Amino acid sequence: MSDTLKDATLEYAVRLGDDANVLGHRISEWVSRGPFLEEDIAYANVALDYIGRARMFYGYASELANDGRTEDDFAYMRDDRQYHNLLLMEMPRGDFAYSQVRQLFIDVYYNLLLPRLAESRDDTLAAIAAKAIKESRYHLRRSRDWVLRLGDGTEESHRRTQAAVDSLWGYTHEMFEMDETERLLADSGIAVDTTRLRDEWHRQVSSILTEATLSVPEDGWAVRGGRIGYHTENLGHLLTEMQFVHRSYPGCQW
Amino acid sequence: MQDNALELFEVFIRSKRGLDHKHVGSLHSEDHEQALEYARDVYTRRSEGVSIWVVKSSDICASQEDDAEDFFDPNDDKPYRHATYYELPDAVNNM
Repeated sequence: MSDTLKDATLEYAVRLGDDANVLGHRISEWVSRGPFLEEDIAYANVALDYIGRARMFYGYASELANDGRTEDDFAYMRDDRQYHNLLLMEMPRGDFAYSQVRQLFIDVYYNLLLPRLAESRDDTLAAIAAKAIKESRYHLRRSRDWVLRLGDGTEESHRRTQAAVDSLWGYTHEMFEMDETERLLADSGIAVDTTRLRDEWHRQVSSILTEATLSVPEDGWAVRGGRIGYHTENLGHLLTEMQFVHRSYPGCQW
Repeated sequence: MQDNALELFEVFIRSKRGLDHKHVGSLHSEDHEQALEYARDVYTRRSEGVSIWVVKSSDICASQEDDAEDFFDPNDDKPYRHATYYELPDAVNNM
């Protein structure tokens, strides 16, 4: 592998790891706050799936970097500007409808992305993706059910779910944008060309929203910046909490 | 908490080596489909099973404590209903 390609692959692994790590932490904020015990346990399982995924991507990143950095260094020793996750992942927990709508957007996305990443010419990325596909299929089953229940539920649940759809929609476009790094990798058969996933994503999400009696927003506004380290203020607060123990007690074991 | 609004389901799991579904506990859920998903998340997260049944608790007809005398006691003095009551011919090795 050429150095350029190797650096790009490292950056790609970190991005995918950041997406998983930040979202996993966000979901974990529901632990002990779920609407009822069964959902609390179920959603915690999803959080763990993502944290496990982050570990695999960071593990591969540290292998590529080969400079002594471990997966913990990637997770706990970088500041928000060095995090390259999609903004959608860092948006706050919000109410339950908000979290499930975000989850639906992301689950549909991963169900399109992962099968393609599993075909990557990079064996490690392909293996991680292959393992994650099954998890994401189950996640989608859950988030789809919830959006249908909430959208087509009571007047209040419908109102909250529609509000979540409207306020998150502008953050979905970033999932389908490619910069030079990802373009290079896609051309080399390593990364997934996400611009090609957009239409199918839109079709699937629209169909679920419509079934849930929710309206699909017009594409009016779009926010981007996560991939180059420009974040909303939410990420800093999230990292503060996530990284506190590791930074206060470096190398702490228990 | 809105547990009161949700129905109670009984969960039965068949383990990898098991031949039958065994009762493992109960949970609250909105309907059968959701109950199946929660059963997966609550009762099989350590690979306990390969098949799940969920049944509404209200659909289970159970014997009552008061019935015990009529239901079960009469069987206590009928040892001839057990195979061990009979002396086996020597030719029978396995029973």
